[in-house]
Amino acid sequence: MNINMTLIGQTIAFAIFVWFCIKYVWPPISSALHERQKKIADGLDAASRASRDLELAQEQAAQTLRESKEQASQILDQANKRSAQIVEEAREQARAEGERLIAGARAEIDQEIQRAKDELRAQVSHLAVAGAERVLENSVDEKAHRKLLDELAAEL
Amino acid sequence: MAAGNEVSPTYYIQHHLQNLTFGKHPENGWSLAHSAEEAREMGFWAIHLDTMGWSIAMGLLFIWVFRKAGKMATTGVPSGLQNAVEMVVEFIENLTRATFHGRNPVIAPLALTLFVWILLMNTLKIIPVDYFPELFIRLGVDYMKIVPTTDPNATLGMALGVFCLIIYYSIKVKGAGGFAKELSLTPFNHWALIPFNLVLEIIGLLVKPLGLGLRLFGNMFAGEVIFILIALLPFWAIWLLDVPWAIFHILVVTLQAFIFTTLSVVYLSAAHEHH
Repeated sequence: MNINMTLIGQTIAFAIFVWFCIKYVWPPISSALHERQKKIADGLDAASRASRDLELAQEQAAQTLRESKEQASQILDQANKRSAQIVEEAREQARAEGERLIAGARAEIDQEIQRAKDELRAQVSHLAVAGAERVLENSVDEKAHRKLLDELAAEL
Repeated sequence: MAAGNEVSPTYYIQHHLQNLTFGKHPENGWSLAHSAEEAREMGFWAIHLDTMGWSIAMGLLFIWVFRKAGKMATTGVPSGLQNAVEMVVEFIENLTRATFHGRNPVIAPLALTLFVWILLMNTLKIIPVDYFPELFIRLGVDYMKIVPTTDPNATLGMALGVFCLIIYYSIKVKGAGGFAKELSLTPFNHWALIPFNLVLEIIGLLVKPLGLGLRLFGNMFAGEVIFILIALLPFWAIWLLDVPWAIFHILVVTLQAFIFTTLSVVYLSAAHEHH
């Protein structure tokens, strides 16, 4: 256990090892370590952000779904209303058309009745004249009694 | 203690605690010491080949492993080696951040080197005490003490390195005048007490590396002596004491490396602070 040059030798060796460590050993390991730390921190950050985004997206999707459902039901309602309206309109039209037809027919019938009445009237006047001729056995001057006959016919 | 049956326990212990010394002997010139006396006679101009060799080997092992991990370091998923290395680096980084107040890119790598290097050198102690001495005797080498931290030269050498850094940063941060003022005017800020302060502060300064080196050396040396004493037991009884002691030393080895590193960082932190 003598103190000798080994002391100096060891100091020199120590200095060299420390220098080498400072120069070549520490920087790559340390930088890799810190970079990884940063990467992990970033990753965790991104993960939390992504989960937040996901939540947001889910909420949005639910919102959209709700809106579209509402819209669909609205459209359905409208369509139902419209169809009811169309049916109502059609019905109305049909009734109007029917009434018009009925009115037309009635007018025609009235006309027909009028014509039949007129014809009948004419024929009745002839019949009446003929009947009267036969009753009187002589001819009646048609011209003289025309007025009377017309009056008669109008009374029928 | 394979060949030890015919040697005395004293010789056995002394043999195991003797470093392989190469130096300038007054009579034999530059040569390997063949006995403890010869090694002592060489004085300062001698070098412990085993201490230097094993410590440099451990240092290179540290550099090699950590450099390899550094080269293949990715920011992605780390491999096994990288994971282990990063664990150590992170541990040192946290230690430095907790104890070192200030900014200096040298401190953390310095602490890493100290910690891993001392840990590796200390760990050599777990190798049974007879393996390497016996092996080297077979190879014709008289002595081989493989744990560098049981050699005060090694521990004090590292402490000396730390001491130089303490002085360097003290002067760099506070300036030569500031450092001198700190040495002469604390703890008693009065001109009449300057000599007293100076003595106090310089002793305090010198005790730092001395304590650092001797603490590590003392712990490791004492442990080593116990291992050697245990090895003197009959072969069937050795494990009874050796195993618990070795397990206990797993703790001591780590703890001493940690203490050396932490104290170095604390001293360097103090060197950066203004009083």
